[in-house]
Amino acid sequence: MAERFEHLRAALGQVQGYIYPNEIELHWGLLVVLYPYITGLVAGAFILASLAKVFRVKEVEPTYRLALLTALAFLLVAPLPLLAHLGHPERSFEIFLTPHFKSAMAMFGFVYAWYLMVVLLLEIWFEYRADLVRWSEREHGVRRILHWLLSLGSRSLAPEAVAFDKKAVHVITLVGIPSAFLLHGYVGFIFGSVKANPWWSSVLMPIVFLFSAIVSGIAMVLLLYYLTTLLRRRELDMKCLDKLASFLLYALIFSRLFMSLTIVQILIGTIGPLLLLAAGRFSSLPAELKRVSYFIAALLVQVGIFSTRWNVVIGGQLFSKSLRGLTAYKLELGGIEGLFTAIALLVLPFVILFVLLKVLPPWPEARERPELATPGSAAGEGVEAGEDAAEDAPLGA
Amino acid sequence: MAEERTRREILGKFAQFPCAAMLLACCGPLASLAQASERRYNAKDHYYGMGIQVDKCIGCGRCVEACKAENDVPREPFYFRTWVERYQIRAGGEVKVDSPDGGIHSFPPTEEDKDVLRSFFVPKLCNHCDNPPCVQVCPVGATFKSQDGVVLVDQDYCIGCRYCIQACPYGARFLDPRTSTADKCTFCYHRITKGLLPACVEACPTGARVFGELKTLASPLRRMMRMSKLAVLKPSLNTEPKVFYSDLDGEVR
Repeated sequence: MAERFEHLRAALGQVQGYIYPNEIELHWGLLVVLYPYITGLVAGAFILASLAKVFRVKEVEPTYRLALLTALAFLLVAPLPLLAHLGHPERSFEIFLTPHFKSAMAMFGFVYAWYLMVVLLLEIWFEYRADLVRWSEREHGVRRILHWLLSLGSRSLAPEAVAFDKKAVHVITLVGIPSAFLLHGYVGFIFGSVKANPWWSSVLMPIVFLFSAIVSGIAMVLLLYYLTTLLRRRELDMKCLDKLASFLLYALIFSRLFMSLTIVQILIGTIGPLLLLAAGRFSSLPAELKRVSYFIAALLVQVGIFSTRWNVVIGGQLFSKSLRGLTAYKLELGGIEGLFTAIALLVLPFVILFVLLKVLPPWPEARERPELATPGSAAGEGVEAGEDAAEDAPLGA
Repeated sequence: MAEERTRREILGKFAQFPCAAMLLACCGPLASLAQASERRYNAKDHYYGMGIQVDKCIGCGRCVEACKAENDVPREPFYFRTWVERYQIRAGGEVKVDSPDGGIHSFPPTEEDKDVLRSFFVPKLCNHCDNPPCVQVCPVGATFKSQDGVVLVDQDYCIGCRYCIQACPYGARFLDPRTSTADKCTFCYHRITKGLLPACVEACPTGARVFGELKTLASPLRRMMRMSKLAVLKPSLNTEPKVFYSDLDGEVR
């Protein structure tokens, strides 16, 4: 506690003007910056996935499963920064037991549970079910048992069963899009409904959050697609990358309307990627250069969106509600709410994603189609062709 | 004469005994009834508020000290259930506000007295809003408005999310570092339910703070409210504060 007082005393020295004495402690720190950043990635990745399924954007199909798994990995981590930030994490279950329905925060548990259980897990299961069955039939050892368990006893590979899977995925995605909007718009609502804080109090807050979520989610999937493809020493699907980049571009232009502040957010996080993306998209750069510019743009977008979150969450608390002064936020390194915790929490989703990628490989070559004679040995091209055929089948039926 | 008086006295004495006995017999149960009803505090019978007469405050900081002592508020200058602000309005219209250590040790002399047009002190505390935004946002209902109009926090239920601190437009809440739960002024609930005054009201040497019933016409608070030009803080936020300021300057936020 002495350390905390020391920290606050240091902040006291940096106060400008007059702030209410209780405002010296800045209550929502780095971990609360992480939370909207992470849920934003979830919502964005899911919306990208739904582009492939519902809006039938063929080009982004290669990232569909990757986007779903990314969303899951980040969603699993999303509540952790909040838990770590609570004064009494052990009482957090009270939100479920005795929710106060007038509180935006009380809805978190329900929105989260709905999104995790009803949308994401179900969609991933239906999407992977047929593959899980095939994998468990062919594999040996732990993976066989794991995949057998994950198939939850549903072993049918009959065409009707597979068709049902497809239909289920479609329906869940339809439900999932408004749910993703809900998940992240709701995070914006938590801030937007605080009338006491003029920086936050705005009906546009959920929309700002949503657009930036879409931006960061698409950029994250683009990054992951780029990296995993390189690491697996495969050829990048340039058409897919182009499409991702143009979505990113449109989303950026939209969200640009609401963004403001700091060199990082505007210059590095927005204008930089805008130029890079536009250059990549609308000029005849060689593919090699295009790829690099997309990659850097996606990276910058992550920085930009993180700084957006920072500017909203921390920025909103820097000025006093007396409107007469400013306080300062000094980042702590150690401690439960410090920088190291935040870094650990940011790394964790990637660890989870790594495990998920091992258990549920989203790569085209991992998919086994009954129509392919030698499973596993097929080249990317062949699989895609098979995919298209499978895609069209239920449509025609 | 003397005989007569004695007789009268004797007769009087005779009459007194049964009368006194009867009175006693009646008063006994009545008194105990009265006592019992006083002991059984009924929140429904009360609706509390506070009046602050800005022109009476001398900025001595005794209320801040009394509050910290009475309610065991952490001594560090980042935690206050009540504090006092000093406003200095300069000739050029520039406003300087300060509250060193919440005003607990009173205030240092003004630097340049010359160009200060007017200066005054404003005690601040939880406004016990009738429409409290802090209560609305609490995800578990740990902070609530009691029947007597006092906004309280259940320390055993608060999860420490600090949403209420963000939602309070008056900066009246803080996170108690010892319990990691939200804390704020309770109008000294442990005292007022026993018929005592809040510590800050009792400590104020000038009577700048008036505590009492809002719904009883004859209460000192209602009298003060009748006699003064009243204002509340940040009325535009529609929180409906129950702390009323008399002669409040427009610069006070």
